[in-house]
Amino acid sequence: MATSAIAVSGLRKAFKDKVVLDGIDLDVRAGTIFSLLGPNGAGKTTTVNVLTTLMKADGGAAHVAGHDVATDAKAVRAAIGVTGQFAAVDELLTGQENLQLMVDLSPVSAKDGKRVVADLLERFDLVESAQKPASTYSGGMRRKLDLAMTLVGDPQIIFLDEPTTGLDPRSRRTMWSIIRDLVADGVTVFLTTQYLEEADQLADQVAVLDQGRLVAQGTPDELKRLIPGTHIRLRFANLSLLDAAALLFPGSARDDDALALRVPGDGGSTSLRAVLDRLDEYSLSAEELSVRTPDLDDVFLALTGRTTEATK
Amino acid sequence: MSHKPHAIVMLRRNFMHIARNPTSVFNAVLMPIIIMLMFVYMFGDAFDVGVDYIDYATPGLMLLAVCYGLGSTATAVNSDMTKGIINRFKVMDISRGAVLTSHVVASVLTNVIAIAALIGVAFLLGFSPAASLLDWLGVVGLVVVLGFATGWLTVALGLFAKSPETAGLASVPLVMLPFFSSAIVPAETMGPGLREFAEYQPFTPIIETMRGLLAGAPDTGDAVTAVAWCAGIALVGYLWASSTFTKRA
Repeated sequence: MATSAIAVSGLRKAFKDKVVLDGIDLDVRAGTIFSLLGPNGAGKTTTVNVLTTLMKADGGAAHVAGHDVATDAKAVRAAIGVTGQFAAVDELLTGQENLQLMVDLSPVSAKDGKRVVADLLERFDLVESAQKPASTYSGGMRRKLDLAMTLVGDPQIIFLDEPTTGLDPRSRRTMWSIIRDLVADGVTVFLTTQYLEEADQLADQVAVLDQGRLVAQGTPDELKRLIPGTHIRLRFANLSLLDAAALLFPGSARDDDALALRVPGDGGSTSLRAVLDRLDEYSLSAEELSVRTPDLDDVFLALTGRTTEATK
Repeated sequence: MSHKPHAIVMLRRNFMHIARNPTSVFNAVLMPIIIMLMFVYMFGDAFDVGVDYIDYATPGLMLLAVCYGLGSTATAVNSDMTKGIINRFKVMDISRGAVLTSHVVASVLTNVIAIAALIGVAFLLGFSPAASLLDWLGVVGLVVVLGFATGWLTVALGLFAKSPETAGLASVPLVMLPFFSSAIVPAETMGPGLREFAEYQPFTPIIETMRGLLAGAPDTGDAVTAVAWCAGIALVGYLWASSTFTKRA
């Protein structure tokens, strides 16, 4: 128990009669990255709000850094840093002034404050834009500044609510490497995301949240074992073609509604050619061929029998 | 400990906002002046109010100037709320008082600037008040009390509104209310229904108190009613703002 940074049991929360969290249990070890994975509306932000003392739960218990979030909010706040879903930077202030504001409001002394601001600007590659108002920053720069502001005061536990939503792929990768560096310094990261790839890239442990319940928990590898791997999807013009093709590929899975066949394969040219050769050999042709890598939708389909669209 | 109190840090932030965002100050300062020029030059001769129209209208326009400044306060508070800045402060354990009071103080400051400019222009247009120094202090005091009261109400509106646009919109009734008072024309000249509304709505005693002070003959009854209204508005605004601040995340 001593190594638990976040311990949650039976957490419940409802808004009026809509149940948002329906008995959540979590255990996050100190010094690891934990990812809460789920579609929009699953309850991710509500979980973060409760754990960061912004919201009171209706039931259950939650301890963050060993302190009860309900009765000892002050101690929890002293130990955590939070980066919300929208970059909470002051647009009228410059990057440097935003960081200075955090220093002035934190227990960091004025003398150390100057160094803290300079170090963070350096570390997040914001030195050049430090004197420009945050309103002129790109989305990626805002997120970086937001995270830098969260780090003032060296929190032990950092909550990141969808830190890369809306970022372009390059900014996303930059953000990932920043998050990895945080853990290298001994910080615990609690991260929510809609992207399976993000959880896979970053997290030591993943929990999948669906309509306020955890439907799976484990390492990214354990999770991926539950879902179909990379596969080749073939769509046919009619059912008889699909029947014929299904006989050619043992181990494939068919979807009669979509007239599609899912053939296991890694998506490389060799496995692709093998599939095409086999189709040619029997003079079958597919209307459409695509290589699919699993995403959140596949996880949800495998775990709940529904796609994420259906949960919205 | 060489730490600045949080309230001072927050207040400095709000002052920086005013300095960085001059359009909102221009709007708060210039609009009342434009309205004053419009009424005094275009309509002034059409209204028979018994005294010089500029002397009649200035107190009401002062109140209008206070209300006009509130739009930017509502928008500023709401963008802090919806952009997650207030959540950030809450997680940092910054007190509710420091976050909200700084907005109210900045709002009152904008009001004072706007009114100083308005009175300056009024003098250029021939405004000739009979107020003594003590009466002037009373005017300044009432402006600050009114700004403080409506400031709290506006902060509450800003916290409560879903978006900066709706927050700006929510302050419109406050901007319109002076027109349905004795600000521009005496309530007696209005049609039935509207006349009663104008006589009993909060802004009328405030304007009449202002008018009395500037004429050098303050009416105690009006003054008591005016201060009571301000206290009531401030209390409602403060309680609403505080509970919204605590609840909304």
